[in-house]
Amino acid sequence: MADLILSGPISAPASRWRSALARGGARLWIGGVLVALLLLIALFAPVIAPHDPAEQDLMSAQLPPAFMRGGEAAFPLGTDSLGRCVLSRLMYSARTAVSVALIASLLAAIIGIALGLVAGAFGGVPDQSVSRLIDVWMAFPPVLLSIVLAAVIGAGLVSVIAAIVVVDWTRFARIIRAETQAQLARDYAAAAHVLGLTRAQALRLEILPNLVPLIVTLLAVEMGIAILVEVILSFVGISVTGDTASWGGMITEGRQIVYQAPWIMALPILAVIISVIGFNLLGDGLRAALDPVQRR
Amino acid sequence: MRWSAILKRLALIPPTLLGVGAIVFVLLRVVPGDPIAMMIPPGASPADIARLRALYGLDQPLLAQFVTWLGQVASGDFGRSISLRQQVFELVGARLPATLELAALAVALALMMGVAVAVVGSLLRGSRLEWLLDTANGFFLAIPDFLWALILLLGFGVLLPLLPISGRLDPQLAVAFRTHFYLIESLLTLRFDVAADLLRHMLLPSLALALPFAALVARLLKAQLAEAEDQDYAQIARTRGFSRTTILQREVFPNALIPTVALSGVQVTLLLGGTVLVERIFSYEGIGNMAIDAVINRDFPLIQGLILTFAVLFIALNLAVDLLVAVLDPRLRHG
Repeated sequence: MADLILSGPISAPASRWRSALARGGARLWIGGVLVALLLLIALFAPVIAPHDPAEQDLMSAQLPPAFMRGGEAAFPLGTDSLGRCVLSRLMYSARTAVSVALIASLLAAIIGIALGLVAGAFGGVPDQSVSRLIDVWMAFPPVLLSIVLAAVIGAGLVSVIAAIVVVDWTRFARIIRAETQAQLARDYAAAAHVLGLTRAQALRLEILPNLVPLIVTLLAVEMGIAILVEVILSFVGISVTGDTASWGGMITEGRQIVYQAPWIMALPILAVIISVIGFNLLGDGLRAALDPVQRR
Repeated sequence: MRWSAILKRLALIPPTLLGVGAIVFVLLRVVPGDPIAMMIPPGASPADIARLRALYGLDQPLLAQFVTWLGQVASGDFGRSISLRQQVFELVGARLPATLELAALAVALALMMGVAVAVVGSLLRGSRLEWLLDTANGFFLAIPDFLWALILLLGFGVLLPLLPISGRLDPQLAVAFRTHFYLIESLLTLRFDVAADLLRHMLLPSLALALPFAALVARLLKAQLAEAEDQDYAQIARTRGFSRTTILQREVFPNALIPTVALSGVQVTLLLGGTVLVERIFSYEGIGNMAIDAVINRDFPLIQGLILTFAVLFIALNLAVDLLVAVLDPRLRHG
């Protein structure tokens, strides 16, 4: 076996990338395209949106989408009850969603990974304290905890981000803790110890790089979750305030006039579904592409 | 699970609940909104306000408030709701059955759908249809309960108005109940018209809760079925001439059930947590909907009581699942 591996061509990084992409399959591609589309819309919303999202035109309120009877070409997806362009608001809401998702997931990841690594690597008192903390967190209904948090901090994007970070760091901490323990039990970790690396050095140089695929996957999934939490908090009425466009806010406004103009509620729901499916497929695809177990 | 493991789990419950209580307590005390400001009539004198604050103990230092509250909770007194002016214990007791009935119906629906999809998927193994079923299942799994609630509300409440989208029971059905378990009581007292109306109100919210959970059960059970079908005992049964359906039913299914219960059981807590928003969306009168109102009204005692209720439910569920697995699996019974 050893001879076979040595005599064959040593796999170059390029082909490893290619085989990883192949393992990811259709999920990786579709998810990647959907997420890329979302990021592009968020980035270029000011350029591509047909109207200012806050621009009101009470003369043309609650217009249906252009392809429906009574629609106007100037408002491709119609207008809301204040006569604001639904398409433009959807695009600017993507901006809100993406900013929340990026910042909140990264912060939750940093906290969760740090605590998970420490708990997994050092055991004993640090592990006990982190594990008990996670126990307490898991006993909270997550939605209720984020609602309480957002209410405590007050309306605004910062409050939404804080609510997501405080609730969701456990997702990272639990999995990273378990994976760190698993990695430390492997031969290469023992070898690092024999080589004279300190625990902290081994963590940074050996363990953490091996956790990167897992972290990337977790991040993709968490971004989908963060988008949902923003929608939830808007729906409950404690997310971003008035002028900032957000899908959750649009759904809430749409619900009040759902019988007169169902599309105002349906379109942002569709946007949320597409984003969440995109992040989920991307996460699944990444897991298949990067998972060291499937690589073997 | 060994007895010692169960005892260890039981021993961890009080500190966990204490932690939950402490976190909620501290969190709520830094809320900028003042609950007293919401209940006083305009023109109340500062002396009145001070008296009200003293009545609810809000003038005490934080630690003193916490210790007082702990002492009360330990003796079964969860305080008085500030916004509803009733005992928290009674309020939660009146609403909890609605949530439990909803969650139970959702779990039942999810198990039926999930098992059906898993079995059909196993019979279709290797075909093009299996791929289609798996993809659809992934879609149902990716969309969380509260989005399903909005989709169902839009679909069957507005576009195709087949079912009620608000409340627990048609107010025109003036029925007096002895308990708060309306569905169970109406079934036991043979008032099937009432039960039917309750079920019609519960169908959309419970379906919203059930769909992602059903997809999870289907995925887990299907994987376990595939694994169990490759085991020796299944192969032997096949060589003895039993049909695939018989083998699935008699040999494979019981063995695939245990890991599925273990893996999906814990997720019931997610379903229970999902009731908060789903109840809100369908204006269903359970503890989830009540919790959101309590947060909006800054009703400290009620929020504390409700979060502790959820925490107790979550912990109890996790323990129940572990015990159920131990009962189902003869190998684990003797540790």
